[in-house]
Amino acid sequence: MDLALLPDGGMRWLDASGPKSTIVLSTRIRLARNVRGIPFSQRAKDSDRTAVLERVREAAASSEHLSSAVAFHLDEMQRPDRQLLHERHLISKELAGLEREAPPRAGAALFVQDQVGVMVNEEDHLRLHGMWSGFNLEDAYAAVESVDADLGKLIPFAFHPEFGYLTSCPTNAGTGLRASVLIHLPGLVLTKEINKVLQGLSQVGLTFRGLYGEGSEVVGNFFQLSNQTTLGKTEDELIDHLGKIVRQVVEYEEQARDVLLKTAPEEVEDKTWRAYGLLKHARRLSFEETMNLLSGVRLGVGLNLLPGPGVYTLNKLLIYTQLAHLAAMDGRSTGDRELPTVRAAFVRRLLEDEPTVEPR
Amino acid sequence: MLCDNCKEREAIINLTQVEHDSKVTLHLCEQCAQLKGVETGGTVLKSPLGNFLGALGKGGGGALVPAAGDGIRCPECGSSLRDFRDAGRLGCDRCYSTFDAHLRDLLRRLHGSSQHVGERYEAPGEAGTKPDPRSRLLELKAQLRRAVEGENFELAAELRDRIRVLE
Repeated sequence: MDLALLPDGGMRWLDASGPKSTIVLSTRIRLARNVRGIPFSQRAKDSDRTAVLERVREAAASSEHLSSAVAFHLDEMQRPDRQLLHERHLISKELAGLEREAPPRAGAALFVQDQVGVMVNEEDHLRLHGMWSGFNLEDAYAAVESVDADLGKLIPFAFHPEFGYLTSCPTNAGTGLRASVLIHLPGLVLTKEINKVLQGLSQVGLTFRGLYGEGSEVVGNFFQLSNQTTLGKTEDELIDHLGKIVRQVVEYEEQARDVLLKTAPEEVEDKTWRAYGLLKHARRLSFEETMNLLSGVRLGVGLNLLPGPGVYTLNKLLIYTQLAHLAAMDGRSTGDRELPTVRAAFVRRLLEDEPTVEPR
Repeated sequence: MLCDNCKEREAIINLTQVEHDSKVTLHLCEQCAQLKGVETGGTVLKSPLGNFLGALGKGGGGALVPAAGDGIRCPECGSSLRDFRDAGRLGCDRCYSTFDAHLRDLLRRLHGSSQHVGERYEAPGEAGTKPDPRSRLLELKAQLRRAVEGENFELAAELRDRIRVLE
């Protein structure tokens, strides 16, 4: 597999160009769709699944937005390559077949063009998704929506006048829309306000998850906030509501950072410089430690306590220090015991390459 | 890594709990995790609705998803309500009509409403929509594949001719 086929490796969102990108890493939109008259993925026979893939392939080829999409056929790919795509947030763990040792079934595929992708034969036949830098629900939704409108003219989607778009799991029915932001909240964690904020989320119909969505753990103070319900509200209402709450959470985070700077300036400065020092000089780093140190450095950069590195570099480190990326870079297996050493060397290299940024 | 609890079996689950504002992570084997009331990966991921539906079956909401099913099977995919409860996934789009009374209740509980108010969709070629010539072609190609698979070569030849004209 050649990930070089994807401009920006399929991760333009890493470039930290979006609004509020020191706090909000990325915004993601996904729409769940199914082809009318074909059993949902779990019950589908292999021939149903390949029929779905064929339909999507043909529709993509004659569509406006996916005509030059790169296609990845996951059932023909080795596990480390599938893991790479998962680490880039381009496919779910389920579609990548990483959950148990069950390789992907026939027809499991990903189409990517620019910042929009379509997972085929995931839990639903089609999962359209787009990821944008920073806090940018509007642009992400507009892009995914136009791919949806395009494909919907070429493939008959399952739609019910009362229940809306029909999905394999009723939790996604209606709009099939999941909007989420990946947000970095070290201030709220350090001031111990985070639980209050997270509890508040469920009261306003939102939910939070870890870095990789459903079932993933919170690491490095990154939280994924998203809408819980998908039916009974319009797409715009769901997105506006999430946007409003995220703006509030960003405000709380900024206030928490102010409190930290006022009440414990030396401790915060020390914490962030220590994190930077460890990343710059450590000889072995686990992924979890790296994530936590990166969180400290990102906080320091956001508070202008550290002159660098840039947020783009920090974002790249989040992705490229993961197992499959390191292994691929260094020609090793993902089970290699030397990966912590490879990781530390890679982090040192990226931080050394980084030109010193003057304090703002 | 060995299980923090029994120190015998291999730990496969990281259980992170927040106690007094600090994060405690336990590495547990499947058995010990279950003893601590943690559902292990497979069941949780496979069926996020499993618990919800199970609870409804046991509690007052029994009517929502009948325990043994009331014998109805989806005429399209053959799924029963019991299959749905076990898997947490419906079998096909037709299931929504087959089990509509049950699903309406369930959707109301999940989302607070069962009425979609978002974007209206009309499939290509449906009454009132202007069929997109591209979709007609794709539909014919899908029919052609089915005809070939079913070894219905006469129909396949006819479809191939019609596709050629459109192309």
